[in-house]
Amino acid sequence: MIEVVSVNKTFGQQQVLFDVSATFLQGRVNLVIGQSGQGKSVLAKCMVGLHEIDSGNIFFDGRNFSAMEKGEKSELRQEIGMLFQGSALFDSMTVEENIKFPLSMFSKMTKKEMQMRVDFCLERVNLSGVNNLRPSECSGGMQKRVGIARAISLNPKYLFCDEPNSGLDPKTAIVIDSLIKDITYEYGITTVVITHDMNSVMEIGDSVIFIFQGKKWWEGDRYSIMNSENSEINSFVFASEFMKEIRQSLKGQKP
Amino acid sequence: MNYIRNIGAYFIMLAWVFRKPKKISIFWKMFMQEVQYIGINSIPLVALMSTFIGAVISLQTASNMDNPLLPAYTVGYITQSSIILEFSPTIISLILAGKVGSNIASEIGTMRITEQIDALEIMGVNSLNYLVFPKVIAAIIYFPVLVIFSMFLGMFGGFMALVISDLQSPETYILGLRSWFDVYNIYYALTKTVAFGFIIVTISSFYGYYVKGGSLDVGKASTKSVVVSSVVILIFNFVITKLMLL
Repeated sequence: MIEVVSVNKTFGQQQVLFDVSATFLQGRVNLVIGQSGQGKSVLAKCMVGLHEIDSGNIFFDGRNFSAMEKGEKSELRQEIGMLFQGSALFDSMTVEENIKFPLSMFSKMTKKEMQMRVDFCLERVNLSGVNNLRPSECSGGMQKRVGIARAISLNPKYLFCDEPNSGLDPKTAIVIDSLIKDITYEYGITTVVITHDMNSVMEIGDSVIFIFQGKKWWEGDRYSIMNSENSEINSFVFASEFMKEIRQSLKGQKP
Repeated sequence: MNYIRNIGAYFIMLAWVFRKPKKISIFWKMFMQEVQYIGINSIPLVALMSTFIGAVISLQTASNMDNPLLPAYTVGYITQSSIILEFSPTIISLILAGKVGSNIASEIGTMRITEQIDALEIMGVNSLNYLVFPKVIAAIIYFPVLVIFSMFLGMFGGFMALVISDLQSPETYILGLRSWFDVYNIYYALTKTVAFGFIIVTISSFYGYYVKGGSLDVGKASTKSVVVSSVVILIFNFVITKLMLL
């Protein structure tokens, strides 16, 4: 479980996060949604320590991450896997070397064990046999899956996904969503997904928080989001004419 | 104010670079890669520059030696001194600042803007130590090797130019090269080279690592790293010369 308590973050004169508090539960896919530029990626980067927070606390299973020294943070980060928006694969390495990298850096596995783990991770994301490809030779969807394979190679307790579906076609996006959901349930990971994709919300949103103007505006799940009376979240969820029509038809079905 | 902040950030960066590597086997692999990129890949450029500039130094010196009181072997002596004291350590380092420095800044800068450095940090890797430390060690070991190579080729270039032009006999030129040869000059040249190698790699890494924005900014950082490295090399060239030769 990850707990964010009263987090504030400022860049120069501009405050980006205002007193954000949230709880992200283990074994569930926790979504952080919101329009672009509202602070959701900043929140995720604060949670993993890529940005220092101005005030507040972040707890990973009771361990106060924000109060740790850099060395202690590095230790805890070995329990974190992260899938980046652009996959962030090391382009000087092959797919296999990318997945092997955290293993060779932090585990005491033999070469044979590492190879088995790499093959397992690739199989888990349905990418067997691409070991020797370079990231530049992989499609966007493949890169995301390699990113997931790398993120889970060290059996993380926490998985962060920053806009995992950006730039993907709807079908591939569903494949990535399903993969994130399956891995979360299978390994009991605390997963935090940053997204503005409503399809993802509907597919995998066990718990959803809505960030607006740097504040936590709304909290619920994929079912309650459709019936929310909050005007800001409605304008986000039902932004398109198509979604507005769905809302109207849903209202029409009410007794 | 920005300069002072940059200098402070540079020294903080160095404090993170010079840590014990997490895994020696991974450091060794990175180090060997850097030897390839920084050292071996620079050999053709260094060879070409050194041979031709050595040839030009000897020809220019010979063309100015029309005083009958000066012995003929002075050409070889001046060529040797120019190459050992200044051309090989300083000019080759300035050339390498352009080639190696821009390469390092753009490599690390691209890693920054494509979130590869963030990925390293999330894994718990000290990204500065992992990326920069092997480059620094490779540079301070292999820049002197390149400079010694450059010295030999520079003098060989001078030899070829004088002999082909029939301006001097090989014996006279070689006598000049051996005249008043001082091993201390080699120490001085190599000390400068080690310092310049350190400056090039760390300054280029600094500009690459802290780049913000997109590909355009990586290009700007790359250019800035070459300019700043070159200026710092010239300043340290003066300082080291003052400390070691006078």
